[in-house]
Amino acid sequence: MTTLIYDGTFEGLLTAVFEIYEHKLQHVRLKKGEWNTTALFENVMQVVTDEGRAVRVLKGLHKKLSAAGIQRLYIAHTGDMEGEENTLIGYIRYVFDSSQNIEEDYGNRYVMRVSEIVRSLRREKHRMEAFVRFQKLKDGVFYSAIEPDFNVLPLLVRHFKNRYADQKWIIYDIRRQYGIYYDLHDTQFISIDFNDNNQAVNTIASYTEDEGLYQHLWKNYFHSVNIPSRKNTKLHLRHIPRRYWKHLPEKF
Amino acid sequence: MNVDRITEKLNILADAAKYDVSCASSGSKRKNENKGLGNASNGICHSYTEDGRCVSLLKILLTNHCIYDCAYCVSRKSNDIKRAAFTVQEVVDLTINFYRRNYIEGLFLSSGIFKNADYTMERLVLVAKKLRTEHNFNGYIHLKSIPGASDELMREAGLYADRLSVNLEMPTEEGLKLLAPDKNRQDMIQPMGFLKNEIIQRTEEKKIFKKAPMFAPAGQSTQMIIGATPENDNQILQSANYFYKNFRLRRVYYSGYVPVLTDSRLPALNTAVPMVRENRLYQADWLMRFYGFTVNEIVNQNQPHLDLDIDPKLSWAIRNLHIFPLDINKADLQLILRVPGIGLQSAQKIVSARMFGKLGWDQLKKIGVAINRARYFIFCNSRDYERRDLTGTKIKQFILAESTSKYLKNSTTQLSIF
Repeated sequence: MTTLIYDGTFEGLLTAVFEIYEHKLQHVRLKKGEWNTTALFENVMQVVTDEGRAVRVLKGLHKKLSAAGIQRLYIAHTGDMEGEENTLIGYIRYVFDSSQNIEEDYGNRYVMRVSEIVRSLRREKHRMEAFVRFQKLKDGVFYSAIEPDFNVLPLLVRHFKNRYADQKWIIYDIRRQYGIYYDLHDTQFISIDFNDNNQAVNTIASYTEDEGLYQHLWKNYFHSVNIPSRKNTKLHLRHIPRRYWKHLPEKF
Repeated sequence: MNVDRITEKLNILADAAKYDVSCASSGSKRKNENKGLGNASNGICHSYTEDGRCVSLLKILLTNHCIYDCAYCVSRKSNDIKRAAFTVQEVVDLTINFYRRNYIEGLFLSSGIFKNADYTMERLVLVAKKLRTEHNFNGYIHLKSIPGASDELMREAGLYADRLSVNLEMPTEEGLKLLAPDKNRQDMIQPMGFLKNEIIQRTEEKKIFKKAPMFAPAGQSTQMIIGATPENDNQILQSANYFYKNFRLRRVYYSGYVPVLTDSRLPALNTAVPMVRENRLYQADWLMRFYGFTVNEIVNQNQPHLDLDIDPKLSWAIRNLHIFPLDINKADLQLILRVPGIGLQSAQKIVSARMFGKLGWDQLKKIGVAINRARYFIFCNSRDYERRDLTGTKIKQFILAESTSKYLKNSTTQLSIF
C-alpha cells in the first residue's frame, strides 16, 4: 500500500494518476494534505502537481470519456467530500483499463459511487439555489450567507450570474470561509474577515430600511399560504432539513 | 407604503389563493436578456410550508371580491369574509422585491371576478405587462385565464406570461352544475381551446423566425377539486386524459377538497382532506404521462376506483401477473418501466448498465430499485429469485406487511393517542 499526498487540486489528482501509472503502483491511497515526515514505516509519496502531466492525463480521459463524463468527474472532485479521492482514482483507473467508454456501467462500484457523489452534489447545489436568501445592504449589494454540506459554491456561480445580472451580490460560505462577489460584470472569489470589529458593526447597521419590511412581508406570506388541516411535518422536514433553517427568514 | 395595510392585504389575498395547488415554475425557457432581472427555466422550490407543499411562486389573488357564488370557494360572494384588493403597482413591487432576495421564482396571479371577465383579465395582463416591459423582468409569470375573457386579452396574456391556466374546478359538468350554478363549463373550455391553437401556431412561427416572440412557453394547466362531488377515480382520470390529449395541457392538478364552508351540497366541515386519494391520483397521472400506461389500464368501468392501500402501478401489476416475471437483463425498457419498485431513472440506468455485464440483486439495489417490491416481478443474474407461485393477493399481503404507506402510517399514530 502506497499513500500519495497531494495538494487537493484537480490538477494534483490528475498528476497523481500519472504517478500511479509511471511507477506502476498497485495499491494506493490518495490523501489531501501537507507533506510531513512523521510516517516512518509507511510507504508515502508526495505528488508534486505538474500541469504538463495533468494535461496528458486529461487528454487521455478525453479519448475515453464524453465531455459530460469529464465534467462529472470534475464536479465530484470540487465537492471535496471526505475520502472520496480514492473513488475518483479507482474510477479513472477503470476508465484507462477498459477498452470502451464505461460511463454508464452502473454495475461497477466506482462508476456507481461517482454517480452517487455527483447526485448528492447536484442536490446540494440545487438546495442552495433555493435557500440562498439575499439581504439588501445600504450600498445596494445583496448579501447572503450559506453553510452547504459540501463545497458547492463554485457550482453556483453560473446560475446566480445569469439570474441576477442587474444587481451586485455576494454569496458567502461561512463554513469554508470564502465567497463569490458579482460586480455587475464579473464574479470573483473573496474572503471577509468577520473578526475585524469595525467591519462587523458596519455590516449589521448597513441593511437598507426596506430590508426589514420585505422580510416581514415574506414571513407573513409564508404563514398565510400554509393549510393547517393538511399539516405534514415529516414531509416538511424532508424538504427543508433543520440545519438549513438558520439562514431562512421564514424559519427563524 | 403603509406597512400594516399592505401586510393585511397580503395575508388576506395569499390565504385566498392557497387552495390553488399549482406551484410549477418549470417548463419555460425564458432567458435573461440585456442584463435584466431573472430567468425562468427549470423551476426551483424556494421554501416549503408546514403542510409539505412547495413555495416557488408568489401566489396571490389580485382581489377576493367576486361576483360568483361557487359553493366550494372561500371567496364566494355570500361568504362573510374580509375583502381586499391590490393595486397593480403593489403586486409589481412585491414581486420584484421578493424576487431580488431569491425568495421566489416569479408570480402566480389569479383573481376573483369583479365587474366582468374582461375587466378582471385586463388587470391581470397589466401586471404582467408592467413587469416585463418596465422592469425587464424575465422571471416566471403564471396568469389565470378568466373564463369568458376576450380572445384579444388572452392573446396579450400569452405574450407576457409563461403559463396560463383555467381551472375546470369539477371533474364533470354535472359536478360543476351542482356547486357552481352560475358557471358554465363551456366558458372554461373556450379560452383553453383558443390558447391551444394559438400556442401551436406561435410555436410553428418561432421555428421559422427565431426572433418571433415567445407565447406562453410553459403551456397551459388546469385543476380539479377532488372529493367535493361524488365522481369516481375513473371519471376523474378519463377527464384528465381527455384534456391532456385534446388540449395539450402540461399538467392537470388534483386538489383534495379542504372543507372551509358549510353547505348542504358539500362534505361536512370536519371531513378529513382526501390526501391519500389525491396522492394516488397523482401517481396514476404520472403513469399516464411518463410510464406509457393508458388510462384504461389504470382505471375502467370494472375498476372505477384506485386502490388506497397500494399504488396504481403495483395494483396494475397484480392484475396482470401473466406478464411477469421479467428478465431484467433482457426485457424492453417499456416493460421494465412497468415493474413496481422501478422508477424512470432506475429503468434507464438498468438498460445502460446491462450492456456492460449482467446485473444481480446487489447492483439493482445500488442503482436504486426498491427490491422489496420488485423482487416478486423480476429475475436477474442470480440463482436467488421468487420460486413460489404466489397469487396477487399474497404478493399484496407480503408487500404491505413490509412497508406501510406514509399516509396510512400517519393516521395510525394519530389514532393511538385516544
